[in-house]
Order: sequence, then C-alpha cells, then structure tokens
Amino acid sequence: MAGAASALFLLDIKGRVLVWRDYRGDVSAAQAERFFTKLIEKEGDPQSQDPVVYDNGVTYMFIQHSNVYLMTATRQNCNAASLLFFLHRVVDVFKHYFEELEEESLRDNFVVVYELLDEIMDFGYPQYTEAKILSEFIKTDAYRMEVTQRPPMAVTNAVSWRSEGINYKKNEVFLDVVESVNILVNSNGQIIRSDVVGALKMRTYLSGMPECKLGLNDRVLLEAQGRATKGKAIDLEDIKFHQCVRLARFENDRTISFIPPDGSFDLMTYRLSTQVKPLIWVEAQVENHSRSRVEIMVKARSQFKERSTATNVEIMVPVPADASSPNVRTSMGSAAYAPENDALLWKIRSFPGGKEYMLRAEFTLPSITDEEATQERKAPIRVKFEIPYFTVSGIQVRYLKIIEKSGYQALPWVRYITMAGEYELRLI
Amino acid sequence: MSGHDSKYFSTTKKGEIPELKEELNSQYKDKRKDAVKKVIAAMTVGKDVSSLFTDVVNCMQTENLELKKLVYLYLINYAKSQPDLAILAVNTFVKDSQDPNPLIRALAVRTMGCIRVDKITEYLCDPLQRCLKDDDPYVRKTAAICVAKLYDINAELVEDRGFLDSLKDLISDNNPMVVANAVAALAEIQENSSGPIFEITTPTLTKLLTALNECTEWGQVFILDALSRYKASDAREAENIVERVTPRLQHANCAVVLSAVKMILQQMELITSTDVVRNLCKKMAPPLVTLLSAEPEIQYVALRNINLIVQRRPTILAHEIKVFFCKYNDPIYVKMEKLEIMIKLASDRNIDQVLLEFKEYATEVDVDFVRKAVRAIGRCAIKLERAAERCISVLLELIKIKVNYVVQEAIIVIKDIFRRYPNTYESIIATLCESLDTLDEPEAKASMIWIIGEYAERIDNADELLESFLESFPEEPPQVQLQLLTATVKLFLKKPTEGPQQMIQVVLNNATVETDNPDLRDRAYIYWRLLSTDPEAAKDVVLAEKPVISDDSNQLDSTLLDELLANIATLSSVYHKPPDAFVTRAKTATQKTEDDDYPDGNETRYSETLSNAANGGASPPSSSSVPHAAARQPAPAPAAPAPAAVPDLLSDLIGLDNNQIVPADQPATSSGPPLPILLPAGSGQGLQISAQLVRQDGQIFYSLLFENNTQITLDGFMIQFNKNSFGLAAAGPLQVPPLAPGASARTLLPMVLFQNTSTGPPNTLLQVAVKNSQQPVWYFNDKILLHVFFTEDGRMERTSFLEVRSLFCITLVFYWCKRMILAMEME
Repeated sequence: MAGAASALFLLDIKGRVLVWRDYRGDVSAAQAERFFTKLIEKEGDPQSQDPVVYDNGVTYMFIQHSNVYLMTATRQNCNAASLLFFLHRVVDVFKHYFEELEEESLRDNFVVVYELLDEIMDFGYPQYTEAKILSEFIKTDAYRMEVTQRPPMAVTNAVSWRSEGINYKKNEVFLDVVESVNILVNSNGQIIRSDVVGALKMRTYLSGMPECKLGLNDRVLLEAQGRATKGKAIDLEDIKFHQCVRLARFENDRTISFIPPDGSFDLMTYRLSTQVKPLIWVEAQVENHSRSRVEIMVKARSQFKERSTATNVEIMVPVPADASSPNVRTSMGSAAYAPENDALLWKIRSFPGGKEYMLRAEFTLPSITDEEATQERKAPIRVKFEIPYFTVSGIQVRYLKIIEKSGYQALPWVRYITMAGEYELRLI
Repeated sequence: MSGHDSKYFSTTKKGEIPELKEELNSQYKDKRKDAVKKVIAAMTVGKDVSSLFTDVVNCMQTENLELKKLVYLYLINYAKSQPDLAILAVNTFVKDSQDPNPLIRALAVRTMGCIRVDKITEYLCDPLQRCLKDDDPYVRKTAAICVAKLYDINAELVEDRGFLDSLKDLISDNNPMVVANAVAALAEIQENSSGPIFEITTPTLTKLLTALNECTEWGQVFILDALSRYKASDAREAENIVERVTPRLQHANCAVVLSAVKMILQQMELITSTDVVRNLCKKMAPPLVTLLSAEPEIQYVALRNINLIVQRRPTILAHEIKVFFCKYNDPIYVKMEKLEIMIKLASDRNIDQVLLEFKEYATEVDVDFVRKAVRAIGRCAIKLERAAERCISVLLELIKIKVNYVVQEAIIVIKDIFRRYPNTYESIIATLCESLDTLDEPEAKASMIWIIGEYAERIDNADELLESFLESFPEEPPQVQLQLLTATVKLFLKKPTEGPQQMIQVVLNNATVETDNPDLRDRAYIYWRLLSTDPEAAKDVVLAEKPVISDDSNQLDSTLLDELLANIATLSSVYHKPPDAFVTRAKTATQKTEDDDYPDGNETRYSETLSNAANGGASPPSSSSVPHAAARQPAPAPAAPAPAAVPDLLSDLIGLDNNQIVPADQPATSSGPPLPILLPAGSGQGLQISAQLVRQDGQIFYSLLFENNTQITLDGFMIQFNKNSFGLAAAGPLQVPPLAPGASARTLLPMVLFQNTSTGPPNTLLQVAVKNSQQPVWYFNDKILLHVFFTEDGRMERTSFLEVRSLFCITLVFYWCKRMILAMEME
C-alpha cells in the first residue's frame, strides 16, 4: 500500500529536464529523460498518451502545463491519484510564486524552485502545498529579507491553510455562486446528459482567525430543522468542500462551518444531475447545394424567464474544413468565420429570455474532392454564455455569519451567476 | 515575483571550474553566495561540479538560510560521489540539528537522511533521536519521515537504535501532521520488512481516525491508505469505521475521496446488513461521479478504479451510465476507459441509448477509438441476449458506410457473435461476403475465413471464396494461414468433392513442406494424420460443437479483483495488476551511474507493457498448465516426475508410440526442508503460515507451519480447502495447539483425493482458508505439486495411478484441444 515518488521532474516541451529533485536515489535523471523524450517522439501528441506509463521497472506519471511537463517517477505501488493531484497542486504553487508556470519562469527562479521542491515533498511523500503559507517562509529574491525565517505555525497546525495575525482595515467577504451547465444533446435533439456543477467561490479579506458559518437553502438541513420549505429548498447531490470545512460536523448536522484561508478559494462545489431544460437551444440545418456550396441555417432560442438576460453568448457552429468565401447574415449580433477552428463564431452580446435569433451562412466548397479523403471529425455545436443574477438550481445563501474574537463586523457580498460549461449539441 | 536566476546559467567560459573555486573562497559573503548559485546552476544543467566539493562545503557554515539550503542541495547530489569528503559536513549538520531555529533543525535532519553515505548515517542517529522528541512539530514531522529514510539505507541500525518504538510513539503525538507522517513512515517500513512492525490495533485505529479530521489532505491520504489494511473484527466495528470515514467523501481532494472509497469498500465486505450496504453504495455514487469532472489525468485514474468497483458492486453506478458518455474534448485515454465502463454498465434497460452513443463514436476520426466502439457493440451483443439483434443491425449499418477499418472490426466482432449465438444470425453472411476483398488486416481476414469455413455448407461459393485466398497462402501472416488451413479442412469435411480435395492437397503441402512455422506445420500434420487414418474421427474432432463463448467484460477473476480493490487509487489499480507484477525491489542497485546504458530491447519492452496495461492486463503471469506448475516447484525436487511423464502421454495420445509411463526417478520431498511461506506475517496481522503438500508413508499430507508473531495467544485453528481439480480435501480436523505469542507449531494434515472436485478447467491451484478464534479468516493460494501423487520411490500407486492418470490425460487432452481451438478460433 505504501509507496512514494522517487523523483520529481520539471521538463521542457521536448522532454528535457529543466529542474529535478531526487527524493530516493533510485531513478536517475538520465533514465527519465531518455524515457520521456522517446515517449514524446513516438506519440507525437503526448496529450493522447495515458498519463501513467510503465517502463523498465519505473512508473512515470505526468501532466502538462503550458510549455512544461511535471512528472514523477516511482518504483513502488504508490497512490496514483494522490501523486497526480499533487502535480496539479504543484502547478498552483508555482503559479502563485511566478504568476505563470513556464520554462522561463523556472529558469529565472531555480533557487526558489529547489527550495519549494524540498518543502512540498519529503522522501517522495507530499507534505505541504498551501502556496500562501509557503510564501511566508520561502521567498523569492525580490522579497527576501535578512531576518531569519521560521516555519509558520500554520505548517503544522490543524488549521494549516491560514496564518495568524492577518489584519485588514476593512473586513469583507465576497461570495460568488457560479453554476456551470453541462449539456449534451444528440443529433436527434434528445438531451442525453445534463448536469449542473456549482461552485461557491470566496474571496476573504478578514482579520484574525474568523469562524464562519454558511447557511444555504439545503433541503436536508431545513427539513431537519423542521422549517417550512415552501418549495424553495434544493437538493444538493454531491458536495465537495475545501479542506477548511469541518466535514465531520457537516455529516452530523449539515452545518457548514470553517475558518477560511486568506484570499480567494473555492469553498465548496456541488453537482445536480436533475434534468435542466437547455437554457439556450440551438438548431442547425446544413444543406449541401450541389457539391460546391453549403448553406447553414442556425436558430438560437433562449428558454429562460424574460426578466433574465444572457450575456456574452458565443455559438460555435462547425463548418467543413475546406469551406471558403463565407457569406453570413444574422438577425442579431455578429458572426465571423474562424478558419483556425473550422467554425463559424456567432457572438450575441445580450440575449434576453424568451427570444429567438437566426443566422444564415453560405460557404463555397472546392468542387474537386479527394476520393480517399478521411472522414472529418464531427464537431458539435458549442455554446458559451453567462446569465447573471440567476442560478439553475435555485441555491440561495441564507446567511454567512462571521465571528472573530475581536468582534469586528464583516460585510459579506453575495453574487449569483450561471454559465455554460461543456455545452454541446451534436449536428445531424 | 520574478527572479533573475537565469543569469547564473550563462557562465560557460573555459576555465569555469577554477574561476568558481576562486569565487567560492572569496572573503565576501555575497560573492560566495553567487558562486554557490552558479555551482547549482551548473549542476542543474547536468555539468559535473563534484570537484568543487570541499569549497562548497566550506560555505556551509553560514547564517544565511538560502545559502545553507543551496549547499545542502549540493551535498545531496554529490555526497555519494565524494563519500570521504562528505564527512567534512557532519559537524555542521550536527550543529544545525541543535540550532534554535526549528526550520534549520528540520532542514539538517531532512538533508542528512537524503545523503546515502554509510559514514554519515552513523552520525545521523543522535540528531535524529533528539529531533524525534523535539518541541516543534515541524521538526518532529520531518524526523518521522527521516526514520523511513534511514530504514531504507540501513534497516538494522533503525531496529538497533530503537527508532521504531520512537516512531510508534509519534502515532500518539498531539499534532496531526506528525501522526500522518509517522503513519506513512511506518507503513513503508512494514512493506519492506518481514516481521510485523506496524500493527493497527483498536487503540491505534481510534487515534488515527481522530487525526484524520485534523491533518492536511496529504496526511489524510497516508492515514486512509494505512487503515485500509485494517480488518475489523465484526460487522459492528466495520460499520463504526465506515461511519467515521464517510465524511471524507466530501473532500475536495480526489485522492482523499478515492482512499476513503477504498476503505469503505474493504469494510463493506464484513457488513452483513443489506440496508447499510445499500445505503453506502448510494453514498459512494455521487463522489465517484464527481471525480469525472476532475482534471483528465485524475479522471483516468478514477475510471480505471471505477472499472474495478463496478465489477464488484455493479449497483453503485447502475443508473449513472450517462456520465460515462464521451465528451467531444475528452482526451483519447479518457474516452477509451469510459467506453470500457459503458460496456460494463450496459443493460437491457439502457442499451438503446448506449448503442446510439457507440454508433456516434464509430463515426469519429480516431481510428483506435472507432475500433473500440465497434468492438463494444459486439461485446454488448454477446453480453445482452435480448439486445443482440439490435446490436447486429447497428453493426450492419456501420458496414454499409464502407469505412475500411470499421468493416474489418465489425467482421471480427460478428465472428464472436456467431459463436455466442450459433445458428441464429447466419442470414447476414451474404452481406459480410460483399466486403471480402476489402479486408487487409490479419485478424479481420482470419475472422472472415473462420466464418466461411464454419458455415461452408450454407455458402454456395465457399470453395471459390477460399480459393481466392489460397494463391497468396505463403505470403499471409501466420494467423491467417492457420485459419485458412482449418477452414479448408472444414470445407473438405463438409463438401468432400473434387474441388475441396485439390484445395486441401495444396494447403497441406504449403503448410508442411513449404513453411518454417512450427505451429502451422504441427497443426497441418495433425490434420493430415487425422484425415488419412480416420476421416470420420476427423469429422468428430474438427466439426465438433464448440463451447459457447460468454461475455468477457467482467474478465478479472475474483481473487485478483479482491487484491486490486484493496489497492484502489494506487498504481496497481491503474494497471489492473497486483503490485508484485511491477514493483521491483531492486533498491540501491538501480542507481548505477548517470550515463548508464540500457539494452536496446528497451523499446519493445515498453510497448509490450504498455499494451498490457492498456488491455486491462488481466493476464496472470503464471500459466496454470500442469508441466509449468511442476517445473516451478521449490528446489528439493528439481527433476519432477510430471514433466518426464508428459511427452509419453502426449505421444500416447497421438497414437504414435507405446503407452508406457516413464517412472520418475526422484523421490518426493519429505517434511525436512523449510516450507514456502504462503501467508506472510505482514498480511496475516502477525500470523504466518507456511505450507506444502507432501507425501509420507503412501499418503498425502498437507504440511503446515504456524508462527504466531502477534501479541496474543491464538487458538481454535480450522482449515478448509476450496474445490480444486484434484478434489483434494482434509481427511480430518486440523490439529494445532493454542499458540502463545512468538510460538510456532508444525502439523501434518492428512489429505484425501477426489472429495471436492471442481468442474472448471483443470489447474493446479489450491485455495486454502484458515481461521482461528482471534482473527478473521485468512485466504491463501498454493500450487498442487504433482509429485505428491507418486509413491516415494517415484511410482504411482495402482489405484490412484489410474485416477490420476486419467486426470493427466484429461488435462492434456484439454490443453491440446484448448490450444487448438484457441488457435483456430482466436481469442
């Protein structure tokens, strides 16, 4: 069961080692580099390669971030989920330090990179990945002070995500409730999958060690408290909490209580798999006139209440790769041919509820086609939008109580927004 | 916050090393620091700067934390190449380990543990001892891991200096991070040790479950992984544990969620109440589904695990099949795994929707994915009888698109469907024959030829079709040649007319005289002999009814599945292989030199393992065939009788030679030599069982050795054998006296044959269950060594001889036929 990483590598886009940290002395950099460069060469597209690969007694696990690969090597049966998740966390840590994680930023900061690699993992076991706290005792040159650093209490505290002694003049909390609608409609117009993934994103600017309590219109809680639900309560199906939330307490009495980290974080995410009516419905008709002309007609309809308005709507309609000379007309918004995506991009800045807009486009096709031509990838229509002041689930923040021993008053600001997540409608 | 460290990389002039040496010895602090950075930069780009060892170590005594860390980093990298000089650093290390600043104390002990030089390790002990009892939890948590480091370098030293006890004390530490690291260290040490070191007792369990609520996410993973080895004593305890663990399912860290799922699944095995189990299944479903919105790499791990989970508990995700539908932008490795799970979850209720999806996928562009989708349709047809017809009509629609690889893949699966539902769907053969000349892949070709041969009597122009392949016979790949051979024989037996007779002459000639392929030649000769001696018998053999194949989508066998489920979230669960199949215990030996050379065979090995892992790699490494198992028996009886007997039985079977059995010349093992350990103390909570089948005084005994390494007295031992090919069972009760802690007992259990014979294919697997009054039931596997069936002088007793011999024959006939049929019909 036990198992840990042997080494952690940061590699460039060609698979050459930029920086690495050896934790166990049983995998060499030369060995890893040889394996990985070969892998990249062979696959061409490492995106399609399984992220867990076995070679010659060593398991390599890797992820990619901009032009850098992060990879662990291990000879043991270690926890794959943990190590891969850890690599993503390492990206977050580096991003916190260098704004962007890329080859150049690693080179420019290799001293800090080494220091971090020493602190976040020991003997191949993930140790500590709270970037905010790490930056209290591992600093980049510009901020380095000559006073001797000590490990912040938080590193080993039960509250490992927040340091003591934070002070703000104005204590504020911003809470954004963001719901993404994922939908998949097949070519018959049937909804084959739809779910809503919600996130409570918080930005806290609070002094001291504030105790927070969040109240939602959670049906289970309201019913347990014997309150009249009045049809406003909602069923949250799968809730995931940031590590600051006391899980045992939530399990007991559904109270969401926590001491928040400083700054922004995702307090919780949830999922609802109840069928939602597609907020924006798109239908496309493709007609091939002779062999040299194709005509596309797109209808977009908003299916939410009139008092809401969708903003920044983008509808991406796939067109044949060899189409040219577009001729587009729309009843609203603007449309442009995006040859790099083989698509027509229709943008509508403001799309009120209960409206229907049309688009008509014509393309010419080359009259000669390759008989042996491979099939084209059938891309779906993809839609992006945002609907402010609206949630699909009807989730409501009933209260956010903030109690700190100094007794200050904090202002919570709550905002709701619904956006399109993976919103796909397959073409006929 | 951007640095400008890249400037340190830019000194690549000649004479760099002497220059650096000078700078390292500069009297100015800043210059020395810059020089060390340059050294580290050089090290980073792979230059050898080990010659600067003394100069760098001289910079170690500094107040500057950054400089100190850099020097330490240098030491970790080069101490090994300069072991004699490394001793220079010891004093500073020891001094730093007593520094007033906990950061420096921890740094010193952490770094010392990373320096794998024997001389240094000795000096590490005293600082480590101090640090394990340090006031600052940051130091203690670092020291805890350091014990594991030391154990890796010098296990004896750790045991002698009592570090294990100090480490165990840390489990009761008041700081959760320290507890978590101590658990990680102990679990690792336990893994590499034969004795019981890290026993999870009830008090430990309580402590760890409490720490679980307070430690960091990574610490929670350590604790959950360690606790999943714990076997609850009864259903009640299991329920209590599960109750404490379920809140973890709500954690945002996927690793915590998966480890919690692992632990709950383990405990569920003990829970008897169906209500509780149903409830738990309901609780686990949403978090598992949510894992699919994680990063693709994590989704991949989650999907490989869900694949295992639905094999054991299909109900958990029975209603969630939609979440496994592929998204347009999913990476291909995610799509492939989703497809696999969709097949597993497909049922009569959702098959229509699933088929629509598969059809959609079959028109995508990624060839591998398309093939898998087509194959998935076939597997659903085989799995769901009532949906078979719908599946076939989808396949026929796909064939009509006339995309070459879709057609070929469809033909391959249709062959399997024919075998699953004989005499049901042959009406579509005509449609298949239309695409005959477009086939260019061996497997598709071979499948089509199989279909033609199998249904030769219903295809009017079967002989013409086959004949068209014959011209290119010598150029065809072996797979196709074998199929052509078999199909021609079938054709001839079904239509013994002139045309086929000529064809068979040509084929047999090609396959015997003109080929270098022994498989092909052997098969051709067997057919030849069969046909020439007794055509009627040939008919019976070749045209015999084939066993109906079944769905292979639940392909893992139950013992392997158990083991994999106990390893959820780990690599083992990703590869679908037990850990010892890929974990090499080649510890220090592997660190050769930086530029060690690898054999060129590397690449092929890599691709092999890759495809194995990707296939769900259920192939167990040891085959269950009789000769193999016998050859693998332990040293005392090297020339085992079984392999000696095999060739004669084989020739006997083919009817070439007399039927004399060559007596084996080696006596069977007596009870003298040490018995193989079948249940290591590590997995038996301290109980170790070694056992082997032996033969004494004309009777078969199971010789067992029990060693009690637990803290309590064990009594009330009982044993039971699972059904096996030889029907071995205990002839009497197991007689083991109560075992005091540390005691051991040896016993001979008389065995009888042909008591609980299993019906499956013959093999030498013996599954044993042992229980006692204090512990849960232990299961382990043994191999039945065939020499126990022979008398001590190597002869078999007459009575058992006859039975065993017939068993031998059955086994061999079975293997011979199986090999033949497998080869003919392809897996």
